[in-house]
Amino acid sequence: MGWMRKDLLTMQELEPAEIGLILDTAASMKEIAGREIKKVPTLRGRTVVNLFYEASTRTRTSFEIAGKWLSADVVNWSAAGSSAAKGETLLDTAKNIEAMSPDVVVVRHGASGAAQLLARALECAVVNAGDGAHEHPTQALLDLLTIRDKKGHLEGLSVAIVGDIAHSRVARSNIHGMKKLGMTVTVAGPPTLIPPFVQELGVKVCHRLEEAIADVDVVMMLRLQAERMTGGLIPSLREYARYWGLTRASLSAARQDVLIMHPGPVNRGIELAPEVADGPYSVILDQVANGVAVRMAVLYLLAGARAQA
Amino acid sequence: MKPREKAQVLDETALERALIRIAHEIVEKNGGTTDLAFVGLRTRGVTLAQRLAERVTGIEGVKPPVGALDITLYRDDLGLKAAQPVVRGTEIPFDVTGKIVILVDDVLFTGRTIRAALDAIMDLGRPRAIQLAILVDRGHRELPIRPDYVGKNLPTSRREVVAVRLREHDGEDRVVIEEPEE
Amino acid sequence: MSLLIKGGRVLDPANGVDAVEDLLIQDGKIACLGKGLEAPDGTPVIAAAGKVVCPGFIDIHVHLREPGYEYKETVATGTKAAAAGGFTAVACMANTNPVNDNRSVTDYILAKARSEGFVRVYPIGAVTRGLEGKELAELAELAEAGCVAYSDDGHPIMNSALLRRAMEYTLPFGLPIISHAEDAHLVQGGVMNEGVVSTELGLGGRPATAEEVMVARDCCLAELTGAHVHIAHLSTAGAVRLVKEAKARGIRVTAEVTPHHLLLTEEAVRGYDPNTKMNPPLRTKRDQEALLEALADGTIDCIATDHAPHALSEKEGDFDGAAAGIVGLETAASVLLDRLVRPGLLSLKILVERLTAGPARALNLPGGSLAPGVDADVTILDPARELTIDPAGFHSKSRNTPFGGWRVTGMPWMTLIGGRVAMWERVIKGGIHS
Repeated sequence: MGWMRKDLLTMQELEPAEIGLILDTAASMKEIAGREIKKVPTLRGRTVVNLFYEASTRTRTSFEIAGKWLSADVVNWSAAGSSAAKGETLLDTAKNIEAMSPDVVVVRHGASGAAQLLARALECAVVNAGDGAHEHPTQALLDLLTIRDKKGHLEGLSVAIVGDIAHSRVARSNIHGMKKLGMTVTVAGPPTLIPPFVQELGVKVCHRLEEAIADVDVVMMLRLQAERMTGGLIPSLREYARYWGLTRASLSAARQDVLIMHPGPVNRGIELAPEVADGPYSVILDQVANGVAVRMAVLYLLAGARAQA
Repeated sequence: MKPREKAQVLDETALERALIRIAHEIVEKNGGTTDLAFVGLRTRGVTLAQRLAERVTGIEGVKPPVGALDITLYRDDLGLKAAQPVVRGTEIPFDVTGKIVILVDDVLFTGRTIRAALDAIMDLGRPRAIQLAILVDRGHRELPIRPDYVGKNLPTSRREVVAVRLREHDGEDRVVIEEPEE
Repeated sequence: MSLLIKGGRVLDPANGVDAVEDLLIQDGKIACLGKGLEAPDGTPVIAAAGKVVCPGFIDIHVHLREPGYEYKETVATGTKAAAAGGFTAVACMANTNPVNDNRSVTDYILAKARSEGFVRVYPIGAVTRGLEGKELAELAELAEAGCVAYSDDGHPIMNSALLRRAMEYTLPFGLPIISHAEDAHLVQGGVMNEGVVSTELGLGGRPATAEEVMVARDCCLAELTGAHVHIAHLSTAGAVRLVKEAKARGIRVTAEVTPHHLLLTEEAVRGYDPNTKMNPPLRTKRDQEALLEALADGTIDCIATDHAPHALSEKEGDFDGAAAGIVGLETAASVLLDRLVRPGLLSLKILVERLTAGPARALNLPGGSLAPGVDADVTILDPARELTIDPAGFHSKSRNTPFGGWRVTGMPWMTLIGGRVAMWERVIKGGIHS
């Protein structure tokens, strides 16, 4: 099958075959990362604009490297210091960028739905690099690629996603992607960080760390934002770390072959103890490496669909 | 629309004979197997490269390394098609620098695929030489590219399709000319 | 101003009238109703066969935005929109700039209405100074200036003691307090109904409970003080139950519902169209059914649009950042006729009651009746007319509606105010001043 979408906005809208195509393409892209000269001419003459309204060094850099390895011209447009800081609206900014004829706009924005808004307004391809608490599809794709690399397959695997599910676009994208591929998902965290009715998305809910991680193939720890405390959702970071931080001790409840994942950046000593983050089960750096491959695959596939628009 | 088979070009025996001849020519031209490496173009070129390497082994007793090259990321027609072609990945488990690379494909037509393959190999290193082995050369070149080893020269019309069928993929060893039904 | 409306179905729920009759208007008043009436010489005759002749519609929840936000709406454009939508009177909320928390603003609004208005305008005064929820506004003087109710609409009064004092203080004036019932803390960060859809969309939720705790509190305070509290834009099944119980216990509570809460659910938010963002938010199918049932059985007294105009720039960006609220005056009658009356979910008689006598009763306003002797405020509906809702054709300054593009059957055909034609066939015929 071929890729026919103009944009990549959500995991929710993708068919399992489309997810498979991206993962397979990404797996092929990984060979380029191993070369001495990491460059193929595929997207020569194409322009990718990174439009980031939220600080995000790693995702932006990952897209930038992906674009450059494919020979695209990658331009970073960050909101700080740009006209966005002077009150220009998202749509105005996007229209201005489009007037410069980019082929792909990669957008990160604090408002859920921002990527859809842009995709409707722009003729070029739009990649959602995170919109509010909604979705972050390339993160879910790189997570899936990492699990598939390590486990050899995806269907039938079980995953526990632990932490601030309520505010996490990573959790939402992974829930949709994993359910589509036949995986079992448990979300776990204090009840104040579990979004209402999340069971209706087909996941189990668990309120104890040891129980959540006891019998799963993958444990995905989420980053806890410090501002959740001021919102009255948890009493203190200290208490959160004590009950929800993954340590060597709590990890003893898990299987021997469990994978520990984290979308980064890690709050060491809060959701992940350093000895776990750097430990043998951790695939956090594989995730980062696979991030470039997945984004190369996405840029490659979208640049093709663009020709039809 | 199912293509109609017009004529058979090579049967199993003729195909095997062509491969053996090419293997001998390779060994002869390069004075043995020193620094020799085979790179097949996905998909059927890889199979042919494997077979040629085996024939060379039969002659010289040493098996040269074989790699698989996917030229999708080097194509010059990206973005002109309805959807991007599927990327199958390059697997070349040896350093091409200093090697005599025998590039292998099933059919030589416009030459654009070979142009892409040359670029792709150059990105991986600096071979001492690249030579081109082709099972069927059907003409209609659009670029100044010429094969070093040819199984069969076959004059065709542009609308005809040359189909190389190999046991590993199609269950039979045969080359036929097909014509799309109107 | 004399007129004879011939051959229409006269539907006057306040007086139990539902018959094909003629309606004679003389000197701006309803003169008489009967079969085969003859027009006195020189009296224009309106042929109304196939039409429905009702008391003028009253919308008790409208934001006219003037003074202060004239780029969204003015008294002139808002009342033009009202006349186009079949409304002969509107009550306008106090969240202008400056806030209508003192007599001079009330005077200004009424003066504007007299000089530029197209329908009757009833100002609603603020409960607290600047809508800040801290000190009482000058409530007695607001009543004297002509305010018909008090409300901090859009800024729920979280201080229960202050609301209690407001209820007590205003008792002698006989004006109700209108409550925008949402607990400000429970809705913090929320932009849509809290539920599985908000979870999927990654949008902050406003739980139904936020409305229900406030409705419960408002009813308790009304019981304590003996005041009349009117609950604006009821939106949840739980709030309906609370109002029903309060009414059964004799508490002086009335309630309204908007067309959008009757016709749309949270599902409409998928796609992040800012025109589906309003407070309280669109709820679930279950809530919608409870609202419709309550509207039919009288637990909900009236329909009000919460006409909330916003400029395009405030409604075209991301959902979180967009202003809350939609315009409603020019779409209410059509969408309700088409989606509730036509499929038989609500009788035409009850719909008309809840747009006429119901709102008049809720805020003790004149109108809502075709009894002989009253001002001839009349709305004539064409229930068979098909149209596509086109925001570009609105008389309102704003276009923020989720109903754009809807194919509907039924529309207001003529609006008469004091016997004078204010709107005919969607064309505005002249102001109340002219």
